[in-house]
Amino acid sequence: MSDLLLWAKGPGFSIALFIFLAGTVLRLGEILWLRRKTDLAPAKGEVLGPVLRTIGHRFLPAPGMLRKSPVVHIGGWTFHVGLFVILFLFTPHIVLVQAFTGLSWPGLPHSLVHAVTLATMAAMVAVLAARISDPVKKLLSDVEDYLVWGLTFLPLLTGFLAVGRMGLAYDTLLALHILSVELLMVVFPFTKLMHALTWVLARGYTGAIAGRKGAHS
Amino acid sequence: MPADVTLAQVLEARGVSRRHFLGFCSTLAVGLGLAPGMAPRIAEALERARRPSVIWLSFQECTGCTESLTRADAPSLEELILSVISLDYHHTLQAASGHAAEEARHRAMRDNAGKYIVLVDGSVPLGNPGFSTIAGISNKDMLLETVRDAAAVVAVGSCAAYGGLPMAAPNPTGAVPISALVKNKPLINVPGCPPIPVVITGVLAHVLTFGSLPRLDEQLRPAAFYADTIHDRCYRRPFYDRGLFARSFDDEGARAGWCLFELGCKGPVTRNACATLKWNGGVSFPIQSGHPCLGCSQPQFWDAGDFYRPLSVPLAGNGTVAAAAVAGGVAAAAVGHQLAQRARHQADGDRQPVTVEDLEVKP
Repeated sequence: MSDLLLWAKGPGFSIALFIFLAGTVLRLGEILWLRRKTDLAPAKGEVLGPVLRTIGHRFLPAPGMLRKSPVVHIGGWTFHVGLFVILFLFTPHIVLVQAFTGLSWPGLPHSLVHAVTLATMAAMVAVLAARISDPVKKLLSDVEDYLVWGLTFLPLLTGFLAVGRMGLAYDTLLALHILSVELLMVVFPFTKLMHALTWVLARGYTGAIAGRKGAHS
Repeated sequence: MPADVTLAQVLEARGVSRRHFLGFCSTLAVGLGLAPGMAPRIAEALERARRPSVIWLSFQECTGCTESLTRADAPSLEELILSVISLDYHHTLQAASGHAAEEARHRAMRDNAGKYIVLVDGSVPLGNPGFSTIAGISNKDMLLETVRDAAAVVAVGSCAAYGGLPMAAPNPTGAVPISALVKNKPLINVPGCPPIPVVITGVLAHVLTFGSLPRLDEQLRPAAFYADTIHDRCYRRPFYDRGLFARSFDDEGARAGWCLFELGCKGPVTRNACATLKWNGGVSFPIQSGHPCLGCSQPQFWDAGDFYRPLSVPLAGNGTVAAAAVAGGVAAAAVGHQLAQRARHQADGDRQPVTVEDLEVKP
């Protein structure tokens, strides 16, 4: 194995894991420990139902939005589902989870994951193009948006090239792939990427407030 | 055997048919990545080749490389090549010992100055010359003295090519590969623990046939044998692509001959010809026998983590790192929370309530 690959699999991973876990726990701790004023008003509705409904319901586009911005919704859905498939149904990734948790499940054929990766990258390019071409979205975007896009795209690209043995030697591509994921892990807790974990809390909180007030969320 | 005896004469004396010999040459041509039509030319060159002097030096090694070469099936290409060379010095194989052995080495160097080939197995300790000596000569001194008038140097095995086991952490002898010391001579690395016999002999045959080194890659390995990874040439590759894996050495997948990736196979990052040339006369190779590739022909393979951990899994367990990170994260969040609370209490204490009276305009 090359020195780069050994570093990526050794000290590199340990550093990235430490920052990822410590940062994530810190951010979640901050959110969960936030002091909120006790709501003294009597509740006008139940809470649990709206919490679950909001968490589920927001997987679907708001009425009329699909027609208004189809690229964002279809592209967004495609690359999120794609990321899930690649991360959790590709055997080399499953054995990684297994090494840490002992949990294991069957993976998909590699050619299928390869195709999903291609579709995911295409969807990501489409949503980026939509972001840049729309003046409003462009105005709302800052450096962080482009940074997290790039850092999410890099592991896909390097993984795709590694599995297909394209461009460079496999161990170099594998090292670059692992390093790109480590970079993603390092920035994860401190950027919008945190939504991969906080989406449940955010939607649940919105649902809870609305439910308590007897409103639809 | 006199030095001017040709291979043709050796073969004739051994009763090896020409058909058999041409078969060997075809194998060699294909193994070297040459057109099969080159076989007659190789045969012609080998038949006419004079026996070149070969000095084999063994340093920090286990003799596995010599075993690999000499225990090949007979009559084999390996044996033929050994017949055509004049092996003038080899600790394990030579009858002479002590000063007589060293004299044989010096004589071979004198008589064949500029023409002999040096084969080296084992790494060289630089930490202390006394860690490994032969006839009171340190490995480093013997290597530098012997290669001085050599035509080419072949580092046989992973120890000679990359440092191997002696150089594995913590490298107690300060071992280095041959390439760290031999700088101004044509050098070929033939890594493997041990290397495939036909790869060793193929390199020698190429030198004998063409009078030049085979095409080498960036790690000075003969490209013909090390261009592809084990994984790319593995007959179990279709199972990898289909996501069918053995998860233990005795499960359904193992019995069905599925891919050994989950059992730690390093085939995807290992360059060697095991999957095509195979071992023991082409009978099998580790993966065919149900064991994952250890990656023995790659640099630092002893330090590349557990042999049985899958390639995509980090080298260490990282349990302590994870526990420390979670504890650190919780502590940081708790400290942050306390600071925020304190700031809030401070703000509460500093608050100056404004009453209606205060707001009324006083005359």
